Amino acid sequence: MAGIFLILASVSLGAEDRIHKVQNVFDPHSTPAHGILGIAWIVLAICALIFVVVGSLLVYAIWRFREKRGDQGTEPPQVYGSNQIEMAWTVIPLLIVLVLILVTARTTIEIDEPAFPADALQIQVVGHQWWWEVVYPEQGFITANEIHIPVSSEDDPRPAIIQLASADVAHSFWVPQLGGKRDLLPNHPNRMWIEPEQTGVYWGNCAEFCGTQHANMLIRVVVDTPEEFEAWVLNQQRPPREDPAVAGGRHIFETMTCINCHAVGEKGAQNGFGPDLTHLMTRGTIGAGVGETSRDDLYQWLKDPDSMKPGCYMPDMKLSERQLNKLTDYLTTLK
Amino acid sequence: MTESSPTTRTATEWKLPPIPKVGVLCLIAMESSLFVIFVVAYLYYIGKSLNGPLPRDVLTAPILASICLLSSSGTIVLAEHAFKANEMGRFRFFWGITWLLGAVFLVLTGVEWKHLIDEGLLISTNLFGSTYYPLVGLHASHVVVGLFLLGAVFLFSATRRLDKRHLMSVEVISWYWHFVDAVWVVVFTTVYILGVY
Amino acid sequence: MSTSDSNASQGSIQSTEALQAEAASRSRILEWIMTVDHKRLGIMYILAGLVFFVVAGIMAALIRIQLAVPHNHFLGPEVFNRMFTMHGTSMVFLFGMPTIAGLANYLIPLMVGTRDMAFPRLNAFGFWIFLFGGCLLFYSYLGAPGIYGSGSAPDVGWFAYAPLTSKVFSRGHTVDYWALSILLTGIGSLATAVNIIATVFCLRCKGMTLFRLPLFVWMVLVTAFLMVLALPPLSAAQIMLLLDRFLGAGFFDTQTGGSAVIWQHFFWIFGHPEVYILILPGFAVVSEIIPVFSRKPIFGYPVMVAASIMITFISLGVWAHHMFTIGMTSVGNVFFATSTLLIAIPTGIKIFNWLGTMWGGSLRFEPPMLFCMGFLFQFLAAGLTGVMLAIVPFDWQLSDSYFVVAHFHYVLVGGLLFTVFAAVYYWYPKVTGRMLGGRIGKWHFWLLVVGFNLTFGVQHFLGLLGMPRRIYTYEAGRGWELWNMISTIGVVFQAAAILLFVYNLVHSWYRGKQAGPDPWDAWTLEWATSSPPPSYNFRQLPEVGSRRPLWDLKHPDDPDWYHEE
Repeated sequence: MAGIFLILASVSLGAEDRIHKVQNVFDPHSTPAHGILGIAWIVLAICALIFVVVGSLLVYAIWRFREKRGDQGTEPPQVYGSNQIEMAWTVIPLLIVLVLILVTARTTIEIDEPAFPADALQIQVVGHQWWWEVVYPEQGFITANEIHIPVSSEDDPRPAIIQLASADVAHSFWVPQLGGKRDLLPNHPNRMWIEPEQTGVYWGNCAEFCGTQHANMLIRVVVDTPEEFEAWVLNQQRPPREDPAVAGGRHIFETMTCINCHAVGEKGAQNGFGPDLTHLMTRGTIGAGVGETSRDDLYQWLKDPDSMKPGCYMPDMKLSERQLNKLTDYLTTLK
Repeated sequence: MTESSPTTRTATEWKLPPIPKVGVLCLIAMESSLFVIFVVAYLYYIGKSLNGPLPRDVLTAPILASICLLSSSGTIVLAEHAFKANEMGRFRFFWGITWLLGAVFLVLTGVEWKHLIDEGLLISTNLFGSTYYPLVGLHASHVVVGLFLLGAVFLFSATRRLDKRHLMSVEVISWYWHFVDAVWVVVFTTVYILGVY
Repeated sequence: MSTSDSNASQGSIQSTEALQAEAASRSRILEWIMTVDHKRLGIMYILAGLVFFVVAGIMAALIRIQLAVPHNHFLGPEVFNRMFTMHGTSMVFLFGMPTIAGLANYLIPLMVGTRDMAFPRLNAFGFWIFLFGGCLLFYSYLGAPGIYGSGSAPDVGWFAYAPLTSKVFSRGHTVDYWALSILLTGIGSLATAVNIIATVFCLRCKGMTLFRLPLFVWMVLVTAFLMVLALPPLSAAQIMLLLDRFLGAGFFDTQTGGSAVIWQHFFWIFGHPEVYILILPGFAVVSEIIPVFSRKPIFGYPVMVAASIMITFISLGVWAHHMFTIGMTSVGNVFFATSTLLIAIPTGIKIFNWLGTMWGGSLRFEPPMLFCMGFLFQFLAAGLTGVMLAIVPFDWQLSDSYFVVAHFHYVLVGGLLFTVFAAVYYWYPKVTGRMLGGRIGKWHFWLLVVGFNLTFGVQHFLGLLGMPRRIYTYEAGRGWELWNMISTIGVVFQAAAILLFVYNLVHSWYRGKQAGPDPWDAWTLEWATSSPPPSYNFRQLPEVGSRRPLWDLKHPDDPDWYHEE
């Protein structure tokens, strides 16, 4: 109980912050998360009541019936059972269970099979070892690791439907404040939805062990105002910037096998082994959360990916310092 | 206190089930559980192969092999009757036929597999191959074990070491053999009736 | 000759001279290696389980050290992933299962009044194949280089989800060691299961009808049934996995149309009954100890039997509650939520019956009873968090998070481990003839209660704050630092408790108080023979008239058969 209050207390500390690092299940910011918390409270209350009642009876029995000095050599009355008592403590739990089954059925269907408006935002997320490919099919662009969604309000709900697939092993998408988790399984498409009611950046994790860097397959969901979202979409739809000042770096990118895994605009591996980099600098992190899109982190990542994400599949291309600098300069122009 | 303890009130004959029979029933339960999973996998993957050869292209129902195996359940019953009547010669005859029928079943299975391999079906070819060979193979391996058991009993009988003291052993081995046949009924239905697409 | 006679004749007593002659002709060690005696095999199972427990416990301590602070560099990801995989696999298969096998093998023949298990040689075979499997699993640390060149200890989690375990995504041999070792230990467990069933059905002493079996025997019997039905699916799945990896089959190969989900179904069809296999013997132990230390018979014996049977059946139908997040239909989700909630009922009934046994009794809080009390509170909590996890939408938050880790450690440590300690304190006198130190026992208990609840209690909060399982590190600022630190601190108390326990075991072996045949004034047949029992268990096979034969002997004026239904 104390812990729950501590958790709730930690909520108020972060209330002003737009970055939601603390993903408290008791602090939902999205319709399905609210639905889940509703039923959670019911279950928690019932379970707490049972724990208190049964626990108190146990404590009482331990105290009241402990062996006393005069007990030596005698045995207490030998009671073998009681059919009425057995009936009572079978029927009551059965009734509680019945209630829980009904409540569970209703909430499960409510959350998993809602009626969506025809213009709901469609996003496809494909899990890779150890990053998230994010596709906006109707808007026509691909990005990675960071999802942008417009904020919803009561008069303007903007649910986002997320189709989940995997390119390799099982993963799971979990941002507690926005909704329950759903797995990304190869050969088994899934679907979830969120409807965030507050702007900000929400942190999440992959929640199904997927190999060495499962811990660093982090999610960022950025909830924008409708205007911010439109601007972001427009930017993502633009072709990549071709800054002549970094032509050297771009040349390295296109000839040093980078384009075998990564795409920048039309060039390179579309739906490739590595994340799309067209608008890399609009994201907050690299490596699915192990570094920032700062020049220093980018440089270090290119120089030795294993130093930031040991075991990741991006190879160390053994570039010279000059090449690294040019390449970093180029990447920092991909806004 | 004159009332006698309920021990003396329970039946004077304390009858408990025989250990070998309980043991072999447990074995049958275990193996059934094992087979269920392979059968479920087979059923689940019906129609899901991404490429051929498909069952309808290469499978022919092994009628002769099935007749052999299933009638061996009949011959083993005849052998048991002979054993109980202490007619050891007749016992050896029918027990031997049972063994032969099982062996013919295995040979015919082998022939079928050769045909399938020639048609290009390997365990790695597609989901049909992946589920067919393990299921039929698991059953065949149980037939092999059965042949070892039947063979041992036959040898003991042939060297006149087997007598009516060993009735229980003969019975439990025949229970195992009946189990192997029952499994074949399930496998046959799954592969050659339900699974032909 | 009736069949029961022919069963019993398997246990005829050799003369003393013959026994002595036999003993003189072999060395002690060879005797133990070649033994088929259920008591010696039982001791060997428990000692082997204890060794693996300590090793797996050290792994857990290392895990907790790595997670004590964010971005720790104590263990790298590869080592960490091996560590939690080996910890889980070892605890379940190399500590849980053999300890159960050890208790069952030691106690069942004594409790049903016979000389040995039904299949003594199969018993020995089961032990040695288990030990071989366990050694093979640990040999993987030395075996062929894995993808990272540091040995091949399994690193895919104890439930080894596909397709991470396919040849493509696990290129070394970590998965092969996992599958092969557990195939072998599984055969050992099945051997034990068959032995238990055959012994209980076929070797009971005169008068011991099934409804006069000690509850320990009942619950281990239903456990054995579960093993017979639930272990083969795991073996089947592992065989399929090995066929995929070595012969190119496609059972779980999603690239050729195979299904990752079907691995989960097959695994959990085994995996859920497995956790009942692990906890039912814990219930069995508690059902023996609480009555003796309350000085009353178990409350509601027939209901306890019925509840155990119900748990056995229902547990075969709840498995997909481990899969609520894979995207089943609502019908599927609700079905498994229903079966899972239903199984809470017979489980709860047991807790109430244990409470009913204590009620009106005269409770003695020696170490065996202390550990049972710890079990009652902790298992109550575990059961309730299980109910929370059964609520599908709530599970969409809690699944695969530290909340689940907390839940199952409350079941397996707060539940099972506490009952294992209760069992050791209770039956050590019977096995060795000496009492375990009571004062050390109390320190052991309280240190463990503090440490265990510190470590795992706070993990519920971690789950509710979004921390997933199986991550080797985490960012600062997620609200996880405090709880992780507290969780790690709890390890110190638990380690101290285990050290005290080991010391107690060894010290009492040499210096423990002499126990005599019946130090606890108990009522079941194992206390009717000497401590330790002779190799033939009973000079004369007993005859019983009730569920508490020794109560009847000690209270001829008011025997149980007047009262039992």
